[in-house]
Amino acid sequence: MATASESTGRNVSNVPARRHPAVLFLRKLARKRLGMGGAVVVLLLILVAVFAEQIAPYPFQERNVRNRLQPPSAEYWLGTDQIGRDVLSRLIVGSRLSLLVGLGATLLGVVTSLFLGTLSGFVGGKLDMTIQRFVDAAMTIPDLLVLLTMLTIFGRGLLQFILVIGIWGAIGGSRTIRSAVIAIKENVYFESARAAGSPVSRTLLRHVVPNLMPLVIIGFTGGIGYNILTAAGLSFLGFGLDVGTPDWGSMLSREGRAYMESAWWLAMWPGLLLTIAIFSFNMFGDALRDLLDPRLRGANVR
Amino acid sequence: MTAYLLRRVLLLVPTVFLVTVLVFLLVRFIPGDVIDMMAERAMRTGGGSFLVDREALEKALGLDKPVHEQYAVWIGNIIFKGTFGKPLTGGSYLIEERIARRLPITAELGILALLIQLAIALPVGVYSAVRQDTGGDYAARTAAVIGLAAPNFWLAMLIIIFPSIWFRWQPPIEHVSFGADPLGNLYFFLFPSLILGTAGSAGLMRLTRTMMLEVLRQDYIRTAWAKGLKERVVVVRHAIKNAFIPVATSIGMDLPRLVGGAVIIENVFNVPGLGRLAIDALQLRDYPTVSALNLVAALTITGVNLMVDLVYPYLDPRIRYR
Repeated sequence: MATASESTGRNVSNVPARRHPAVLFLRKLARKRLGMGGAVVVLLLILVAVFAEQIAPYPFQERNVRNRLQPPSAEYWLGTDQIGRDVLSRLIVGSRLSLLVGLGATLLGVVTSLFLGTLSGFVGGKLDMTIQRFVDAAMTIPDLLVLLTMLTIFGRGLLQFILVIGIWGAIGGSRTIRSAVIAIKENVYFESARAAGSPVSRTLLRHVVPNLMPLVIIGFTGGIGYNILTAAGLSFLGFGLDVGTPDWGSMLSREGRAYMESAWWLAMWPGLLLTIAIFSFNMFGDALRDLLDPRLRGANVR
Repeated sequence: MTAYLLRRVLLLVPTVFLVTVLVFLLVRFIPGDVIDMMAERAMRTGGGSFLVDREALEKALGLDKPVHEQYAVWIGNIIFKGTFGKPLTGGSYLIEERIARRLPITAELGILALLIQLAIALPVGVYSAVRQDTGGDYAARTAAVIGLAAPNFWLAMLIIIFPSIWFRWQPPIEHVSFGADPLGNLYFFLFPSLILGTAGSAGLMRLTRTMMLEVLRQDYIRTAWAKGLKERVVVVRHAIKNAFIPVATSIGMDLPRLVGGAVIIENVFNVPGLGRLAIDALQLRDYPTVSALNLVAALTITGVNLMVDLVYPYLDPRIRYR
C-alpha cells in the first residue's frame, strides 16, 4: 500500500522502479554471500545428480581388479575401491540417492508437519491436547533408535527411507507450526474472516497457510542438511539403503570402514562430500531464514 | 513450589504412558513375513536360538494375543516384576541384566561428552557474542557451522585413519573398567567423548552466542556499563545468568540427539555400551531388547528434562512456580 501511494503524484524518475516482490527478495538474498555460495553448490550438486551418468568418467559399476585400491592419480582422480571401481564415478552416481533421500524426506516431513501442526493448532481443544501429548512422548525417544527400529521392520528401500525419516521428523516440526497457527488465530484478520462467515477451508487456505509459508520454507531448507546427515548415519551403522546403487553414507560405511587402514581415500571423499553438501544446504537455509523469519528481520542477530 | 512439582510430575504421567505405548507399538508392526524369516533363520542356525518354530516365536513375542493384552502383559511385567523378559537370542541373562551391565559405560561416555560440549560451547559462545564481528567471532562461527555439517562418524574415522598413517598411532579400542585402571579407562573414553562432545558443541555454541547477543542489548546491561562496572562483572554477573536459561533448556532438549550420536560413536570406537547392544539387537531382530532400550532411553531423557525444569527457579528467580 505504501509504495502505491508514494508513486502517485510524484516525479516518476525519482521513484525507484517498482519490482515484483520476488525480484526484491532475490536481490536481498543475493547480498547474502555465504547463502548464495551455498545455493550455487546446491544447484551444482543437483545438476551432478541429474546428469550423473554423463559426467562420471567411468561406469560406476565397472570393475578393474588389476587397479584395485589405487590411491588418487591422474587416471583415477579420487582413487579406486577394493574391486577397482572408480571412486569419483561412484560418488557422482551416489549423489543421486543422497540428495533424493534428503529432499524427499524433508519435503514429506514439511508437508506432514504442516498438516499435523495446523490440525492441532486450528482445531484446538481436546484433539490438540491429545496430539500434543503424543508429540511430547515421541520427542523423548531418540530419533536414531526409532529410525533404526522402523527400518529393520519395514526394510531398507528408498521409499521406506524417505517415509520413515520424513514422517518421524515431522513430529518435532509440527510443534513450530502449531504455535504459529495458534498465534495467527489471535489476529484480527482471522477473527474478521471467521465473523464474515468464511468457511473453514477458505480461512485455512487464505489466512492460515499463507502466513505459515515462511516457516515451511525455513523448515524445508533447514531440514535437508539434517536429513542427509541422518540418512548417512543410518547407512553408517549398516542400516543403509539396500538398492544396488551407491550413496555417500553407504560408501563411507562399507568400503570406507572396511579398508580404512589401507585406503584412506575411501573414507575421506564420501565424508567430505557429505560435509560440503550439508554445509551448503545449511548456509542457504540460514540465509533464507534470516530474510523470512520476522523475528530476525532487521535485527542484528546472525 | 511443591504444588508445581506435583503438577509437573502429574503431567508426566500421560507422557510416560504414551511413551510406553509408542515404544511397544513400534515393534508390533513387524509384518508376518518377518516372523517367517526369523523362524526360518532360527531353524537354519539351530543353536544359539531357542525358538525354532513359528508358533514358539509368536508366543515369545506375545503375538498370539490381541494387542492390548500384549501391552498389558508387557507393561505389567515391567512395573510389577521389574523385568523386560528374556532376549529372543537366548542366553542366560535377562534383558535388564544386560542393560544394567552396559548402562554405566554409555553413561560415562554421555556425561564426559556433555561436559566437553559445555566446556567448549559456553565459553566460546560467550566470547563470540562479547567480541561480536571480530576475527575470533568469525573463526568460532565458521568452526561451528562446519561442525554442524561434518558427520561425527566421519570425523571419528579420520581420527582413527590419519594419525595411524602419520604417526603410527591409533586411539585405544579396548575398553577397560574404571575400577581396574582409572587412567586407562579415561584414555579409552577420551576420543569417543571428544568427538561426541565437539560435534554437539557447535549447535550449543551458536545458541549461547545468540542468547548472549540478545541479553547484551538489554537496558540493564547498558545500565551496568553506565555504572562503570568492569566488563568481566557485566558479562559474568549480569549477562551470562540470563543468557544461560534457554541454553539449559536446550541441553535437555538435545539429549535425544546425544543418545543417537552415542549409538554411532560407540560403534566406531568399539565402546561396549548400550548403543552397541542396540545395534546388535536390531541386527538379530531381538525386538524385546530393542523395545527395552527405546524405553530406557526415553525415560532417561524424560527424567533429565524434569530435572532441568526443577533447576529453573535457581537459574532464574523471576520464574517462581506456584
